Amino acid sequence: MIGGLFIYNHKGEVLISRVYRDDIGRNAVDAFRVNVIHARQQVRSPVTNIARTSFFHVKRSNIWLAAVTKQNVNAAMVFEFLYKMCDVMTAYFGKISEENIKNNFVLIYELLDEILDFGYPQNSETGALKTFITQQGIKGQFQTKEEQSQITSQVTGQIGWRREGIKYRRNELFLDVLESVNLLMSPQGQVLSAHVSGRVVMKSYLSGMPECKFGMNDKIVIDKQGKGGATDDAAKSGKQSIAIDDCTFHQCVRLSKFDSERSISFIPPDGEYELMRYRTTKDIILPFRVIPLVREVGRTKLEVKVVIKSNFKPSLLAQKIEVRIPTPLNTSGVQVICMKGKAKYKASENAIVWKIKRMAGMKESQISAEIELLPTNDKKKWARPPISMNFEVPFAPSGLKVRYLKVFESKLNYSDHDVIKWVRYIGRSGIYETRC
Amino acid sequence: MPAVSKGDGMRGLAVFISDIRNCKSKEAEIKRINKELANIRSKFKGDKALDGYSKKKYVCKLLFIFLLGHDIDFGHMEAVNLLSSNKYTEKQIGYLFISVLVNSNSELIRLINNAIKNDLSSRNPTFMCLALHCIANVGSREMAEAFASEIPRILVAGDTMDSVKQSAALCLLRLYKTSPDLVLMGEWTSRVVHLLNDQHMGVVTAAISLITCLSQKNPDEFKTCVSLAVSRLSRIVSSASTDLQDYTYYFVPAPWLSCKLLRLLQCYPPPEDGAVKGRLVECLETILNKAQEPPKSKKVQHSNAKNAILFEAIALIIHYDSEPNLLVRACNQLGQFLQHRETNLRYLALESMCTLASSEFSHEAVKTHIETVINALKTERDVSVRQRAADLLYAMCDRSNAKQIVAEMLSYLETADYSIREEMVLKVAILAEKYAVDYSWYVDTILNLIRIAGDYVSEEVWYRVIQIVINRDDVQGYAAKTVFEALQAPACHENMVKVGGYILGEFGNLIAGDPRSSPLVQFNLLHSKFHLCSVPTRALLLSAYIKFINLFPETKATIQEVLRCDSQIRNSDVELQQRAVEYLKLSSIASTDVLATVLEEMPPFPERESSILAKLKKKKGPGAVSVTEMEDGKREGGELNGGGDRGPDASAMAASNASTPSPSADLLGIRPAAPVSAAPASVGSLLVDVFSEAGPAASSAAVNDEGFLRDLEPPTETSDSLLVEGSGDSDSAPPSEDPAPPLSEADELLNKFVCKNNGVLFENQLLQIGIKSEYRQNLGRMYLFYGNKTSVQFASFTTTVSYPGELQSQLNVQSKPVEPLVEGGAQIQQVLNIECLTDFSEAPLLNIKFRYGGALQNLTLKLPVTINKFFQPTEMASQDFFQRWKQLSQPQQEAQKIFKANNSMDTEVLKAKLLGLGMALLDNVDPNPENYVCAGVIQTKGQQVGCLLRLEPNAQAQMYRLTLRCSKDSVSRRLCELLAEQF
Repeated sequence: MIGGLFIYNHKGEVLISRVYRDDIGRNAVDAFRVNVIHARQQVRSPVTNIARTSFFHVKRSNIWLAAVTKQNVNAAMVFEFLYKMCDVMTAYFGKISEENIKNNFVLIYELLDEILDFGYPQNSETGALKTFITQQGIKGQFQTKEEQSQITSQVTGQIGWRREGIKYRRNELFLDVLESVNLLMSPQGQVLSAHVSGRVVMKSYLSGMPECKFGMNDKIVIDKQGKGGATDDAAKSGKQSIAIDDCTFHQCVRLSKFDSERSISFIPPDGEYELMRYRTTKDIILPFRVIPLVREVGRTKLEVKVVIKSNFKPSLLAQKIEVRIPTPLNTSGVQVICMKGKAKYKASENAIVWKIKRMAGMKESQISAEIELLPTNDKKKWARPPISMNFEVPFAPSGLKVRYLKVFESKLNYSDHDVIKWVRYIGRSGIYETRC
Repeated sequence: MPAVSKGDGMRGLAVFISDIRNCKSKEAEIKRINKELANIRSKFKGDKALDGYSKKKYVCKLLFIFLLGHDIDFGHMEAVNLLSSNKYTEKQIGYLFISVLVNSNSELIRLINNAIKNDLSSRNPTFMCLALHCIANVGSREMAEAFASEIPRILVAGDTMDSVKQSAALCLLRLYKTSPDLVLMGEWTSRVVHLLNDQHMGVVTAAISLITCLSQKNPDEFKTCVSLAVSRLSRIVSSASTDLQDYTYYFVPAPWLSCKLLRLLQCYPPPEDGAVKGRLVECLETILNKAQEPPKSKKVQHSNAKNAILFEAIALIIHYDSEPNLLVRACNQLGQFLQHRETNLRYLALESMCTLASSEFSHEAVKTHIETVINALKTERDVSVRQRAADLLYAMCDRSNAKQIVAEMLSYLETADYSIREEMVLKVAILAEKYAVDYSWYVDTILNLIRIAGDYVSEEVWYRVIQIVINRDDVQGYAAKTVFEALQAPACHENMVKVGGYILGEFGNLIAGDPRSSPLVQFNLLHSKFHLCSVPTRALLLSAYIKFINLFPETKATIQEVLRCDSQIRNSDVELQQRAVEYLKLSSIASTDVLATVLEEMPPFPERESSILAKLKKKKGPGAVSVTEMEDGKREGGELNGGGDRGPDASAMAASNASTPSPSADLLGIRPAAPVSAAPASVGSLLVDVFSEAGPAASSAAVNDEGFLRDLEPPTETSDSLLVEGSGDSDSAPPSEDPAPPLSEADELLNKFVCKNNGVLFENQLLQIGIKSEYRQNLGRMYLFYGNKTSVQFASFTTTVSYPGELQSQLNVQSKPVEPLVEGGAQIQQVLNIECLTDFSEAPLLNIKFRYGGALQNLTLKLPVTINKFFQPTEMASQDFFQRWKQLSQPQQEAQKIFKANNSMDTEVLKAKLLGLGMALLDNVDPNPENYVCAGVIQTKGQQVGCLLRLEPNAQAQMYRLTLRCSKDSVSRRLCELLAEQF
């Protein structure tokens, strides 16, 4: 029951304002601007309560999206909707920027009318929306009656996310496993917290209404199979099976089947979509180890040495590595020496940023810096924020492996073997920090 | 690039500021600031010394960043360095940074003070000014300590530049305001005062602010400033508008200085020196004359400046209040402003007139503007101006115009703004009472008031009507008739019903002759309103009904019917139900004689100050009070100042009836033979006796409710204050003889009452004194019954309560004066209200004087008020007890006594005594069952004192060991003394 939805630019000017319910007045627009966008202190919480009205906001680059309600709604639902809204807008006109929103405001209002009805979220599947909300404008009116009825039956039918009669010459399928690994490590190298949140994103170009089945090295499935009989298989793969803490699926996945057999079967939407999201916390492969060494030499000098070690197969290459070493607030000068890559003191961010383009597995590299300090008159000690790191590696840090993805299409004459499948793993850093 | 632009314009700063302004988001701004801070840090760190220009620029940037709301923790040193620069701009920036950013940091303050000292001693006036401004801006105590002695010297030095003097005077003012103890004028006083003669107007203006502030604190030292101020003022006032050049503001010569001079003069009484006074009066006249001249400019600034001086002058005239001529002229001038176009002027005129109205010289003059003011009240747009108009009307009201003003205010009340209605109602009520010529007009006015603005009529207003109606026989009939008519309106306010119920209940008989207002009609009229009223009003109506039964026996059946119906007798509200039940019983059981006595007409209320006035004073705060008080003092014309202040509630009627000595006192069951053993011979006993005839059931019910009527008695603040005044009166006129010393046996008598609250305090062949008392928390109420045991009346019977030693500050006893005559065999009652302020050890003394057969009897007793009366029992478990016992282990907190038993050591007797003490007797606490353990808290106004007691009897030795531990040592000792006598 979202009462209204507003989109602001970075200055707090309203770009889009759509009110769904009468309990939200015009002043709500200003309330959010004054209390959140122009707030003296930075607002950290994504939910703000102003005068018994709740504002849920997400920020995309310089754009604020805020959903407003006076009722006690499910906050997770509202955020899910806001993210979906962002996805839909991205699918329609690319990057969410002030200019793009201004150029497409008619489209956005049209979308808002479609995906929210009296504040209740409706079908927000990009593929389905694109069939009847188009950017061509007038052309839409010349849709034939058949097309229109087809759209109606699709949108109101059981499989709302896929229309019938799709045909491809080449049946192709792309599967990406995207993971981000989060870590907090003590200076001594003890893992304080670590988890991986991952997504399985698919792009499918398949004819007809295929039925797909996806399999991965989920511990529960493999253990079950192991009991079933194929003991050698279990012994072989059991090592690599992973424990998934929790997961969510795209609406096309048959949840009942997942509940009973833990198999993931579905009729895929056409084009790109996110099949599932998951999270793991056990047996994470940490791609990098950061070893910091900080020495305070008197009141006016600080020596920092940081070693990073890559911890994966030497044949793989990590990319876009960036180490960010925070400097004290009274830094007056920095000298840096590093073996590899480039390092620079960025005063505006109060940090030394060390960038390495590529690094193979099982290597190590180090940087040392001398930081000069200006003596200050307040005795506050420097809080020593953690050293953070960014990277990209071509494997899944959770250890997830795709075991199979089978396609069955009974009506059309192609089999699983005819489908060309591509699988790719990308591991990225989330919040990857080491205390120093 | 310092080399390129060495001037004042700091390009780097301008670029930085424009960068910040262009930032699109907060994050970008923070990034830019971080970058700049790092840059400045590296610059300040750099080994090569910075030149003054760059230092100034970076300090400026830091200041700007700080003002944006970011913390700055460096750069102070550089700013201090700037202070020693020789360039004005650099010094200025340095001082700016310091006044904004420096807190009382010890090491830096010393450096700063040093720099300031150097600047002060330099001969450069601009530098001196900068330093003085910095001192004034920071104004900290450290600064005051360092420079308080220096600045007066600069101020009065002959060679100081004028601009520096100006700064010095204001700087000194600031230091004086922050730490007056450090600024000692002493030797400088006369020289500072002579600054008023300075050539330079700026110096005078600055100095006069300082002098005004100083002279408010010590007026005597600065007395000489009056004549100087007067001569200065006369010079300004008489100067032509072109004389003062720079200080002429829109053709007005030095308006600020004039205002300040006039304000300074308001700190002092009129000058005694005839010449000075003449000169001043001349000045004031000139100012008033100038107001009449045609304006020299149409600009609003011109008239503002002129009026500012004029209003200050009028304020001074009012302050002096001695020049009738000037007062009247001022009044006329204000009268002109009343119709001025400017709202602000009208407001100010009304406000000043309010104060003028209280002056005896100008009161008549103010009155001539009555029409204008009334018009203002009606037509003014701004509510604050209307409020002032109402105030002025109130202030200018006297006997001659009261009717007109009250009528106007009443008619305005119908449309008045809600925010001022309540105050208006109070004012109307006061005026109506104060200037009432005939009471029928008064009653009409108040009833109108209730009709028009019933919601805003506070309790006090209608209490007052009733007090006046009851005290004046001549209006009672008229009041009853008017009220009856008013009640016939289809919708009338609840307050009207209250007044109606009360007055008809008392005086309905006066109009019962007319068939249109026969008793039954009256009753039905009242009862038709019954269901629409709130509980207190219904309670009042029920009392009116029972009074009806007395007044009109023919209505008895109808009223009993009403009382008997379920909605009364089974009402869910306890108060209503109780009244219904009791009144029903009373009406059916008591004989007409009893009824007539019980429900006798209310006795007149004691005369005292109007409660409404008190309320208005409270509402308006101390400022306005003085005005009303002044009026009261000057025109004590209100002959209506009668009537007590008690809420005339029904129970009060009954109570006062009962406590009024009347010939039929026997009816009340008070026998002279045993007046005290019939213990509760108060209102309660009256009903007990009445009910005891009805049968055991009713009687027991009534006994359970013993004292309920006492509870009903409205324990209002005002009634307390009445008591205070009453006792004050009796103090002021005591019989000639001094009170006798306390009786020898007084202490013994006192000890009797430690563990009990009721009983006979004293008895001899003439007099018997009974006591009944009850205590709750730190308050207590004591009923004293004086029984005359002889058959001859006692004359000039007076009682006085006095406090020996420091008891005055520890205990507060208020008593009502008693009737001076006590008939033979009769008994009179006196109520004392007792409040315990803090713990005490002495007992208050009661002095009784009366004449028995011409001989003066004088006797003094100790009132049995002991500290243990204020005990609040505390139940606690064994564990808690011993924990607390241990907590109170300091030697002075404990008092112990071992003594021989005086009485029998019977368990039950002991228990009863300990319970009577007021503490909670705790079972199963002490491991030895023979011992007694008690706990309680003494409630005083200021604090609570926890007490624990342990009594260990030794049956063989007939001895006790008593141990007391209290959180206050004096309490332990006193309690121990008291209790040792008891066992």
